[in-house]
Parts: sequence; structure tokens; C-alpha cells
Amino acid sequence: MAPAPTPEPLLEIRDLVKRFGALAATDRLSLTVRRGEVHALIGPNGAGKTSLIAQIAGTLSADAGRIVFQGRDITRLAAHRRVRRGLVRSFQITRLFTRFSVIENVALAVQARSGSSLSFWRPVAGERALREEALAVLDLVGLADRAETPCGQLPHGEQRSLEVALALATRPALLLLDEPLAGTGPQESERMVTLIQRLSQQVTILLVEHDVDAVFRLADTVSVLVAGRVIASGPPDLVRRDPEVLIAYLGTESAAQGEGAR
Amino acid sequence: MNTPSTRRLVLETVVAWLALVLALAFPFAMRAIDAEFYISVASRIGIYAIAATSLNLLLGYGGLVSFGHAAFFGLGAYCVGVPIAEGFANGWLGFGLAMGVAGAAALAIGAISLRTRGVYFIMITLAFAQMLYYLANSIKAYGGDEGLNISRRSDFGFGLDLKDDTTFYFVVLTLLAAVLIGLRRLVASRFGRAIQAIRDDDVRAESIGYPTFRFKLLLFVIAGAVGGLAGALMVNQQNYVNPNLLYWTQSGTLMIMVILGGVGTVWGGLIGAAVLLILEETLSAYTVHWQFYVGWILLIVVLFAPRGLAGLLVRPRRSD
Repeated sequence: MAPAPTPEPLLEIRDLVKRFGALAATDRLSLTVRRGEVHALIGPNGAGKTSLIAQIAGTLSADAGRIVFQGRDITRLAAHRRVRRGLVRSFQITRLFTRFSVIENVALAVQARSGSSLSFWRPVAGERALREEALAVLDLVGLADRAETPCGQLPHGEQRSLEVALALATRPALLLLDEPLAGTGPQESERMVTLIQRLSQQVTILLVEHDVDAVFRLADTVSVLVAGRVIASGPPDLVRRDPEVLIAYLGTESAAQGEGAR
Repeated sequence: MNTPSTRRLVLETVVAWLALVLALAFPFAMRAIDAEFYISVASRIGIYAIAATSLNLLLGYGGLVSFGHAAFFGLGAYCVGVPIAEGFANGWLGFGLAMGVAGAAALAIGAISLRTRGVYFIMITLAFAQMLYYLANSIKAYGGDEGLNISRRSDFGFGLDLKDDTTFYFVVLTLLAAVLIGLRRLVASRFGRAIQAIRDDDVRAESIGYPTFRFKLLLFVIAGAVGGLAGALMVNQQNYVNPNLLYWTQSGTLMIMVILGGVGTVWGGLIGAAVLLILEETLSAYTVHWQFYVGWILLIVVLFAPRGLAGLLVRPRRSD
């Protein structure tokens, strides 16, 4: 299990606003992610989860509010600089560098962090340290034996793992996982849940996920996002019983069934 | 070690050395059969090969479809031509200026155009090149639309006389070899990897920590400077600078060379320049409509060999 979350906030979001025309995708949203926890973000479709992830990662700029990461305001910081500070995301739709092999993909992420990429002459393939570190990351996600495979040839589940490996190779302090279980079958899904559990011992995770079962198994804290706002946040068991959540998101009936099944 | 890729590397090395030996022997062979005219044709191919290779760096490895590469080619030419007209024929100065100014122009043009994508990027690079074309046309002091005749060649000292066709040929050959080796190294380097990752998916590249805009800009500057080098050579080849070097058809020609030779292949620029210029040389002897036939050839290559002629010779390497 994950280490007991400490009260120190790793990520603090205060009154964040993002509007698309009349629609407020993020509506004075506040959220705190504590160091060491697995924090899950759930919510119905259109609740603004993707916009929120994009704002935290820096690919979408907020209209108002503040994002503080490790005590520093990063609201206006460029996306690649946030990665350097230890805030990295994975993507809901797998985005890999398909022309490269599995290990080359990870090496690219390692390279972005360690040393300068402004090297124009020395072949990168000869850099042993880069290769070894990439292999270590692949080992962590269980893809070490796939190192030389062109990443386009990986089955979907393993592409999802590689997607996480890319993020992991940047040595994040906070890992944003955007629906890591999207499109995976039961077996692959189980594998990913195990992986996330393993990772949670080393890194704080903010997880956006549709699979409610997985969320309640993994999360130390669950926040429920509805219409751009967090309507409830707390330990899974409390959130599950929150009347507002039952009405707004789970739907009272299906929630009652879920209770019965457990 | 992966054997097919090793074999490919050996094959490529053998072909490269063979090409080099042939290229070294070429001027002597042409002299022996009294066909010295072809030495300067070969120099012209070499110059265009350098320009096309620099464009291929953008097009093939950076995924940046720049339709204004003639701007850098032409700027390089003017940077050598104008000082010579003013009495400064020092080659180191002229060539240095050509690469520096072309690189600086690429920095300025890139800083603006790299904020756009796709068709907009194509159009804005084209627009910048056309602006420079009209600028060159309007500067009457340096020939305006009639261009500028250059009485001297760049002077590099060491007894290098660029007026001599064979000497000039070897200068071009040396620089071309340097550019090709440079590209080969760059593509496999850290920067080369990063730039190809950015080409494939720049959002993903940024999300693992790459400053994508700055890397693209740097690539643009490198390509621009090398384009300027080709322009500097061009002046010494044809003794003449005119605005047509900056005209959009010149950008088009370079692009055709790259597509013909092979987008994203190290040899593509050279092969494309050689094939196009040889076709021009031979076909134009029979018909003024030679471009019609070149069009058909280009069509066939695009349809049946998407990685160009180089792609047929050397099987594509994934990361290269």
C-alpha cells in the first residue's frame, strides 16, 4: 500500500477558472494533492477533467486562479518547464513516438531530463548511461523484454504501460495519469492497476479514471468533479456515501447497487 | 547488435566511399575526354545538393514544410556578391557573412513563422521569401531586377583559385561532404533524436520536457545558415547575383529535389539535385518542355516511392 499521506500539499489549486465561450470548463475549482497520496479525480463526461489536467500540465492556460506546485506558483509556467520541476502527465489517447523502438521512446524522455539535448555530433545510441536508465524504467513497468520492439507493434495494453514509462522516465514528483485504463481489457487493466500501486510507493499520483472500481481500490483520496467544480473530496469511503455525490454523479440507484454488491 | 541494420550500415558506407572515389576521379576523367564543361555542371549539382540537403533537414527531420528556403540561398548569394562588388573579395568574410546573415534571417523568420502550423507555415515562409525577393529587386545600387555581375571570385588565400573549374569543384565537393557527414551525425545525435520526436508529436515531446519551439527554431537557423552557404557558392559558380535566386520557384525547385531524392533521408538532397539537374541538362537538349516530363517523373516517384529515390536504394531506417 501507499505510504501514509503527509499533510504537506504537493499541488494546490485555488479558484481556477477556464472558460470556453459561455461554458466554464473549470469553475473556481480548488483542489489539494498531498505528497505521497494517490489522488483520484472522477466525474461524469464533460465535468472538465481533461481541461483540468491540461491546465495542470500547462498545455492549456487558465483564465484565473492559481496553481502552486511544491510551494511555487506555476500558473504561467511553460509546459516543458513544469516537467523539469517534476510535474509530468500521461495521455488518455496513447501518444508515442511510433517511428522509434520502445527503449528509444523512453531514452528520449530520459534525455530530456539528464544532460543537454544540444549535442549535435555524438551518436545518442552510444550513450550507455541513457540506455541503462531507460532499461531500468522499462523494467519497472514490465517492458524490459520489449526494449527493441518498434513501439507501434506493441499490443494496446503494453502501449499504455509505455505511455506511463515515458512520464516516469522524467523522474516526476507528481504523476498525472489521464485515464490509464482507457480501452484496456480486464487482464491489461489488472496489470495497470498493479503497476499504479507499485508506482504509488515512489511518486505522488493524480489519477483521472472512469473505472470506478479501480479508483476505489487505488485512491487514498477521491475528488469528484461536476460541472467544473469539485463537489466532494476525501477518503473513498466517505466520498462514496456523500449524498451530493450520489445524486450528482453516481446516480442514487446505481450507487445503492454498488453498495449492495460490496 | 541488430544484423539487418548493421548490414545496411556497411552497405551505405561502401556506397558512400565508392561515390566519393568516383567524385574525386570525375574532373580528371572529364579532362581526359575533353568534356570539361561537365565539371561545372557537377559543381552546380553539388551546390544545389547542399541547398536541398539543408531543406531536407527541415522537411524530413523537422517536419517543417518551409516554402521559402530560397530566401536563405539568395541572401547567402547577396552576402558574397555585394561585398565583392564593393571590393571585399575575402572568402572567409564573404562566406562567414553569408552563413551568418542567412542564419540570422532564419532566426527572425522562424521566430514568427514557427508559431503557425501546416498550410499557414508554408504560406508565411513563402511570404517572407517573396518579401526578400522584392526587396532585392528594388535595390538599384546592386543591380535591382537586373542583378549584379561579379568580376572576381571569393578569395580564400592558400593559392585557392575558385576561377579554376576543377579547384572550385573540389571546394564544393569538400563542403558537400561536410554537410552530408554533418547531417548524418546530427540525425543520430541527441538533438537529432529530439527534433524527430518533436516532428512526430510536438505536444508529447513538450510533455516529456522538450522546449519544442526553441528546438525547432534552432533547426531552422541551422538549415538557413547552410542554405546561405550554398548561395555563397552559387555566386562563385555563375559570377552573377540576381533576385531570381530568391524567387519562389527556386524554393519550389529545392523542394522538388528533396521529394525526388527522398524526404528524411541523408542522401535525398544529393540524389534529388543530381537527378533533377541531369534531367534538365539532357531533356532540355531535346525539348523546351522538359519540365513536363520531369513532372511525370515526380508524379511516379511520389506515388510509388514515398521515400524518394534514396528510399529505394537504402531501405528506410526507423530512427533516421
